[in-house]
Order: sequence, then structure tokens, then C-alpha cells
Amino acid sequence: MGRTSLQLISVLSVVCGIGLWALASVTGAVVVPGPRAVLDKAVELVSTGVLPSDLGASLARVLTGFVLGTILAIPVGFLMGWYPLIRAAAEPYVQFFRTVPPLAIIPLAIVIMGIDETPKIFVIFLASFLSCVVATFQGVVTVDKTLINAARVLGASSFVVFRRVVVPASSPFILVGMRIGLGASWATVVAAELIAAQSGLGFRMQQAQLYYDLPTIFVQLICIGTLGLIMDRALLLVEARLTRWQERR
Amino acid sequence: MTTQTKTMIRFENIHQEFVVGKTSFTAVEDVSLNIADGEFVTVVGPSGCGKSTLLNAAAGLLQPTSGQVVVDETPVDGPSPRTGVIFQQYALFPWLTVRKNVEFGLELQKKPAAERRRIVDHYLDLVGLSRFADALPKELSGGMKQRCAIARAYAVNPEILLMDEPFGALDALTRVHMQEQLLETWGRERRTVLFVTHDVDEAVYLASRVIVMAARPGRIYKAIDVNLPYPRDNNLRLTREYADLRAQVWDAVYNQPGRSDNN
Repeated sequence: MGRTSLQLISVLSVVCGIGLWALASVTGAVVVPGPRAVLDKAVELVSTGVLPSDLGASLARVLTGFVLGTILAIPVGFLMGWYPLIRAAAEPYVQFFRTVPPLAIIPLAIVIMGIDETPKIFVIFLASFLSCVVATFQGVVTVDKTLINAARVLGASSFVVFRRVVVPASSPFILVGMRIGLGASWATVVAAELIAAQSGLGFRMQQAQLYYDLPTIFVQLICIGTLGLIMDRALLLVEARLTRWQERR
Repeated sequence: MTTQTKTMIRFENIHQEFVVGKTSFTAVEDVSLNIADGEFVTVVGPSGCGKSTLLNAAAGLLQPTSGQVVVDETPVDGPSPRTGVIFQQYALFPWLTVRKNVEFGLELQKKPAAERRRIVDHYLDLVGLSRFADALPKELSGGMKQRCAIARAYAVNPEILLMDEPFGALDALTRVHMQEQLLETWGRERRTVLFVTHDVDEAVYLASRVIVMAARPGRIYKAIDVNLPYPRDNNLRLTREYADLRAQVWDAVYNQPGRSDNN
């Protein structure tokens, strides 16, 4: 089957899904608001400026935490991969905190850092840092030894080997780590806002829950999903561009 | 071989022990070998005879347990652009184009851009890859990849080329073609070559001298001079002299006395 016809099927599938959803709400089979009610709510939330400001708040948290986490994770991952000593020292912490869900840190973070932006950004930072550091480190240790030797026999110093072989060779791993990190960040921010926030998509849902405002919850959910998808696709695009040289299996 | 030519590579009592788990074994036992400037030497032998160990020691990628390799009167203590290496797995940088791969060593030597360009063009032409200068390694066939690796090694103008089963991953037809091309390239720009292989035909066709090694422990079993004139072409393979030499080398590789049978 051709590419376009497969895409057509995907579109049709979504249309049918929305149709079923509408049917379910009209017949009252499930107590959910219909697509129409959700759309009206979305228009209202946008025109009053509530949705844009919530989106802005959530995105700002995610991007701040994610950028900080990634910026720190890449050098730390490189150091861990390159120097066995640093790896031995850092690995227990990385492995331990990796098994703790970032959300479990929230109570502690709130107690220590207060209830403003800091604890939320911190847990997102942690989530993206941990996934990216592990990926970078994996990338460095799996660099083909022959490539390193090939560079050395052409006259490359350790520094040149690092910059011109290890960095590009591990870039696909780093990008995968960033994707996982971004996904984790997004999941974390919404959950963190559900627990403790005065703005953001998660906070709005939590409010809507108190008032039994189902259309608002739906609008937030659709926003969260769509935005997560867009961010993932954007990174995928960057990845495809930067690692065009890779042999695809 | 004339006796006046200077010695380019001198293996002096190379001894190499490897430790696997708790047992150590001798990979190479007391190997000494002189290779003259401009000579084409192939090393052939069963697996585990230490032929790659010798090559890596000459490349400066491995420090032997005892003994030393002396290249042009200087002991080897690390990799050097004077000694080019061509690996079986090509080892091209997959994120760089063919041109950039060949240019890599020249950039490290801080050669000006115009000169780099001239040198790269020259060697891409020499190995017949000019049309693929901007291709990525993944777009090349195995034979083309290896030609790119050869151009990359030649570009930094090494006095010595060390080749570790460079055609081992290629199909038989491509391999024969590559052998011819390599001899042609070598004929035009002569270097000292140490070529490791497990293919008797390849060893005889390319070399002016074949070193046959024995395993457990790795040592030199026989050195066989190949007194066939260069330039050589494929018709040589059909001659009586070639067949005789091939039979000699074959016999030395496969009928070694006292070889342990657990291989």
C-alpha cells in the first residue's frame, strides 16, 4: 500500500474515533461531554486567555527544567563514559535516582524549596537529566574502538579523538536520551501541577475536577497529548537531520 | 631484494602475553623480522598465530610485553601518521563524507585548505572515487568503502602502510579486483607495506615476500620469497611459477609440524 493511502487510513481512523466519541456522549452510554461541548469549552478557554496562560506556564516549566537538565547531562555523561573513575563515583547516584520516580521527589522538593516554581522545575530537571545522562554515557562507552584507533593512527590526540570521534559517534544516543527526557519531563510537569501549582494545565484540570467540569478536563487532556506529540515530533525531526549519516536497520 | 636498501620496519624479539581470565597465554613468541624500505610483505597463518598482534605493535596501538618495533630507526611508542593503518572493518567515520574522511588526517596536520583539496582530489582519483566525493560511507559498497579507507591512509603520506585483512569482508570477485587495484596504487606510489591475511592466494599475489606464521605460540614458521616481477596482473595467477609458489605457501600454512589439533 502507498504512503498516501496509509496516511488516509490514519486520518479516517481519527475521524471515526471522534464519531464514536460523539455517539457515546449523545446516547449517554458513557457520561462524557461530546466533541461539540469540548470544542465550545476550548474556544471559551482560549478567548478568555486561560488556556494560553496555562499552556505558557506548563511549557515554561518543562523547557526550563529540560534545557537545564540536558545541558548538565551531556558533559556529565561524557565524563562518566570517558573516565572510569568518574563513572565509578557517579554511577551509584545515577542508578539510584533513576529508580525513584521524579514525582516521589516532589514532597521533599516542596519542603526544601518552597511552593513556588523551583520544586517543579527541579523535578523536571531531574527527570530529563537522568534519562539524558544515562543515554550519553551509553553512547560514549559503545563508540567503536576501531574508529578511535583509525583517528589515532591519523595523528589525533586524545582531545581530538574525543571531539571528532566520540562526540559525533554518541550523538544518536544523546538525541534518544533527549527524547526520552522530554517525554518524562512532560509527564512530570502535568503530574506536579496536579499536586501543587497555581497555574498550568495540570492545575486547571485539578480545579475542573473540583467543579465537575468535564469539558475543561477534556480540553486540557487533548492539549497535553497534542503538545507532547508535537514536541516529540520536533525532536525526531532534529534527530533525523543530525543523524542522517547513520545506517538504518 | 637488494641488500643496500635500508630497513624500514624492524621487529626486535617481540613477545606478547595476553591474560584471559586467570590464565595467560603467549600470543607471540620472540618474533624478529626486518622489512626493507618499499617492500611488500604479507603475513599469513592460522587464526591465533599473532599476525594481527604484530601489526598492532607496528601501528603503535599495542605495546608488546617485551621487545620493540623500530620504524625507520625510531622505536614505536604510539600511533603516528607516518604509519598508516587500514582496518578490515574499514573504520570510516560514518558522519563524514568520503571527501571529509580522506581529509581528516590532513586537517590534523593543519594543512591549508587549498592544499588539502588538491591532495584529497588526487587520492580520490587514484582509488577511483572522485564521483563519490560527497557520498556518505553508508551509500558505498564494501569495496568502495575500503578504497576510501586506502585513500584516507595514503593522503597523510605515510612511509608505511599496515593492512589488517583489509579485503577479508569482501566477496571473492571484489577481492581479486581490489588486490589488482591495490598493486596498481602501490606501483604508482610505493610504500613499505605489511599486509596481514588468511588467504594464501592473496598473500602470494601481492607480496615480494610471504611470512608464514604458526600458532600456539605465535611465531614465524617460514619466510618465502616471491620472485615474480611487478607490475603484476591477473594472468600471473595462471602461470606455473605462481602455482608453485602458491603450493609452497599452502603447504607451509596447512601442513605445519607439531601444530596442536584443537584449532
